[in-house]
Amino acid sequence: MTFLQFVFYLFSAITVFAAAMVVTVRNPVKSALYLVLAFFSAACIWMILHAEFLAIVLVLVYVGAVMVLFLFVVMMLDIDLARLRAGFTRYLPVGGLVALLMAIEIALALHVGFNAAPSQAVSALGPDTSNTQAIASVLYTDYVYALEIASLILLTAIIAAIVLTMRKRTDHKYTDPGHQVTVKREDRLKIIKMDSEKPQAADSAK
Amino acid sequence: MIPLSHALILGAVLFSISVVGIFLNRKNLVILLMAIELLLLAVNINFIAFSYHLGDVAGQIFVFFILTVAAAESAIGLAILIVLFRARRTINVDDIDMLKG
Repeated sequence: MTFLQFVFYLFSAITVFAAAMVVTVRNPVKSALYLVLAFFSAACIWMILHAEFLAIVLVLVYVGAVMVLFLFVVMMLDIDLARLRAGFTRYLPVGGLVALLMAIEIALALHVGFNAAPSQAVSALGPDTSNTQAIASVLYTDYVYALEIASLILLTAIIAAIVLTMRKRTDHKYTDPGHQVTVKREDRLKIIKMDSEKPQAADSAK
Repeated sequence: MIPLSHALILGAVLFSISVVGIFLNRKNLVILLMAIELLLLAVNINFIAFSYHLGDVAGQIFVFFILTVAAAESAIGLAILIVLFRARRTINVDDIDMLKG
């Protein structure tokens, strides 16, 4: 076993452990943090598998943005954990059995079907080009329409997230500058004609 | 060199863990969303493994698009979750039965 293989199995073990903790731990905040660990070690595995660009993207986009979003939401919501955990132990045996069977079946199928050493083929650009360059050279040529659609999907997500969570608050006091400058003197100020006050002496003589 | 089947088995194990997570936490919407993220991660590991094995960058392009869609999905999912919590004060799947489906 080479050092690279050792690192691969180490990070695999960390990923599997973190994934197991995500689904079993009690506190959703800890669950989100374990998901961060799972993503991080998966990014290390991707780096071992020569996908350096995607590994960095996974850390930047997933750990940096999506998981922070998850943490924000989990901490914003005031959830009743006891009710949400009800039935956890009831489903544990059947869920574990299903997962175990599924993992064993897939593993058997894969081990028979794909038990080969990796081919030594390199990317079309040659061995000395970086992974980022290799991705970019096909992303902006062969997959340019897919890239455009992906950008539209992201735009849709931005608009949807803003529209869904925006609300008009009724208890909010705010000033509208456009409305302020159109106010005339007559709207605010009223001049009342009235008699002048009597002299003070008449009051004290009584 | 990492054998292809080992990376694929890692993906399979992650996928199974996520499925059991959906089984166990079927009441907590936040954990359900996290389990879906883990499912997508398992699928992505498979794509990366094949890309490495075949020396073809197309698998990595596919992972790129899966990451895009997954980020959009989790953003909208969490937005819906917040709106839902404002309206009903709960994220329990059992309480969300307005549609009577």
